[in-house]
Order: sequence, then structure tokens, then C-alpha cells
Amino acid sequence: MIYWQIFLAFFIPGILGYGGGPASIPLVENEVVKRYDWMTIQEFSEVLALGNALPGPIATKMAGYIGYEQGGVPGAFIGVFGAVAPSLIVMIFLLGLLYKYKDSPKVQRMTLYVRPAIAILLGLMAWQFFAEAQMQIGWLQLILITGSSFLLIERMKVHPAFVILLSLVYGAVFLG
Amino acid sequence: MTQWHLFLAFFRVGMLGYGGGPASIPLVHKEVVDKYQWMDDNEFGDLLALANTLPGPIATKMAGYIGYRVSGWFGLVNAVLATIIPTIFLMIILLTSLSTIQDAGWVQGMTSAVMPVVAVMLAVLTWQFFHKAKQGMGWAQTLAMSVVIFLLLTYLNLHPGIIIGLLLLATVGRKEHPHSRKEEKKEEEG
Repeated sequence: MIYWQIFLAFFIPGILGYGGGPASIPLVENEVVKRYDWMTIQEFSEVLALGNALPGPIATKMAGYIGYEQGGVPGAFIGVFGAVAPSLIVMIFLLGLLYKYKDSPKVQRMTLYVRPAIAILLGLMAWQFFAEAQMQIGWLQLILITGSSFLLIERMKVHPAFVILLSLVYGAVFLG
Repeated sequence: MTQWHLFLAFFRVGMLGYGGGPASIPLVHKEVVDKYQWMDDNEFGDLLALANTLPGPIATKMAGYIGYRVSGWFGLVNAVLATIIPTIFLMIILLTSLSTIQDAGWVQGMTSAVMPVVAVMLAVLTWQFFHKAKQGMGWAQTLAMSVVIFLLLTYLNLHPGIIIGLLLLATVGRKEHPHSRKEEKKEEEG
């Protein structure tokens, strides 16, 4: 019974949460705090805060941790499965169709027409990250980190992994 | 070997994607298109479009599909687990032992310092997609479409999934016709 509830608690936000994991957080809160009463709002926001401080997708981190709290290791797996599997299966099916007809002019045109939309979406995300960072660390640090990471990644072709690690160390030492 | 590469690629994506799933998009692109060349920019663009249109977490949708494309259902499970397990593990350990770490100054410093880096990667990817669009349909149409989409997203608050869905329907629903120069011209005006 608890496993079924865990599944539902993460399946519903997964299906209704448009815009990736972060968009589904309020929906998760609704299930976990209001419907099933597994934790208080206070506890939920603590989990969320830690989730935001750690790397990786946020929705699955929440599903994994809350599932584990409620039903141990199987609970963690069921929570993650509920969050991830349904839309993933639909996507594999749809992309399978696309791939099969990838030489048809329609599909090629589609690939072309979504490009500006993708560019705008990515651009907006970039903007949000810049704005958020500016609020937290100010213009000087923002320009410094932005400039050096651009040089490293784009001009010197350093793998982003190293640049991210470098920025984490820099942040821990100088911005802590 | 492929499974090991899949695991490595998505382990890196999961461990380095600060700021939730969307922040990991440029990392996925780096691993999948640039490093291992499992797909080209076109296919990555389609994948991103569809992942944005369907509900649910975006990073795992991308990991799952790419894993599946590269080596079937086993690849799917491998890639999804590599993306999420390490950080879920960290989260459980941290929350069940010490729960004050997110308040520590240095953790805050780390998460804010990584943001501009993510922003730079997203901006570069943005530029690449604009450039690709330009190559396919010219600057005029790229700009026109971008402006309309931008306005719909920011001023009308239309959901991106709806916009991409409409774009997909518009192209699929269209009648097939031979691609003459005249048709091209009409398309550009329409």
C-alpha cells in the first residue's frame, strides 16, 4: 500500500509537471505534505534546500529521498520510477517514430522549425542563471567567472567538467 | 565498453549538473554530441524539443532516450541510473546524518559560483541553435520566429511545451508537396 502511494505521489507530479523537474516541485509538495502527510512543510523545504545544494536533477533526488524515507530502498526505486518512467516511455515511442521517418521532408522541416524555439528556451534559461548569480554574488564576481569560464570552455577547449570543478573550488574558497 | 561509456557520460552529467535538470542540458550535449558522437546536432535538437514538450523531469528523459538509442533497454536503465543514483545516494547520506550542510557558507559559495558557468554553457548552446536555424532557413525567418516565440513565452506566459507542440503540429499536419524554389519562397513568407 505504501509503495502504491509512493508511486502515485511521484507519478502525478511527473505527468503534470511541464518544464522539467524544477516545475514539478510544488506538485511534489502538494502530494507529500498535503495529501499523504509524510512530512511537514518545514521538513520539505529542508529537503529541497539540500537538493538544490547538490548536483543532478532535482525531481528525482526528491523522489529518491522521500521514497527512501517512507519505504526504504524499494521505496526509493519506486519513487524514482514513478517520476521518470511514464514520460520517458512516451518519449521513446515518439522519438522512435521520428527516427524512423527522419529522411522524410516533413520530419526534416520539423527539426528545422523547432530550432529557434529551442534556442530561445535555452537563452531564457541562460538569462535566469545569470540573473540569479548576479543577485547572489554581484556584478564583479559574475563578470569574472563568466569571462574566465567562457575563455576556458570555448577558446581553450577545456572540458566543462574541469571548469565546473574549478568554479566549485573557487566558490567554496572565495565566496563562502 | 559502450555501457561503460554511457555510464561515465551520464555519471558526469549527474554529478556536474548544478541547478537541476535544465542545467545539465549543455553537459549532455557535450558528452553525447561532442565527445562520444552518439547523435548529431539535428537529432539532439529534436530530442530537446520533445523532452521539453512532454511533462516530467528533463534530464532523465534525455538520459533514458539516449541510453536506449545507444544500446537498447539496458542502456536506458544504465544511463538513467548513472544520472540519478549518485546524487540520491549523497542526499540520503547527508540528510540522515547531518542536515545542516546546506547552511554552510562554503556550500552556498559553491552553488553560486557554478551558476555563471552553467549560464555560459547554456548561452553557447543557444548560439549554436540560432546558427543552425540560420543555416536552414536564413536570418530573416530565424529572427522573425525567435521574436514571436520570445514574446509568446515571456509576455503571454505561454508554456514552452505548447509552443513546441504547435510548431510540431504545424509541420506534420502540412500537406506534402515537392520542394520547388517557389514553395520555399512561400514558406518563408508564411
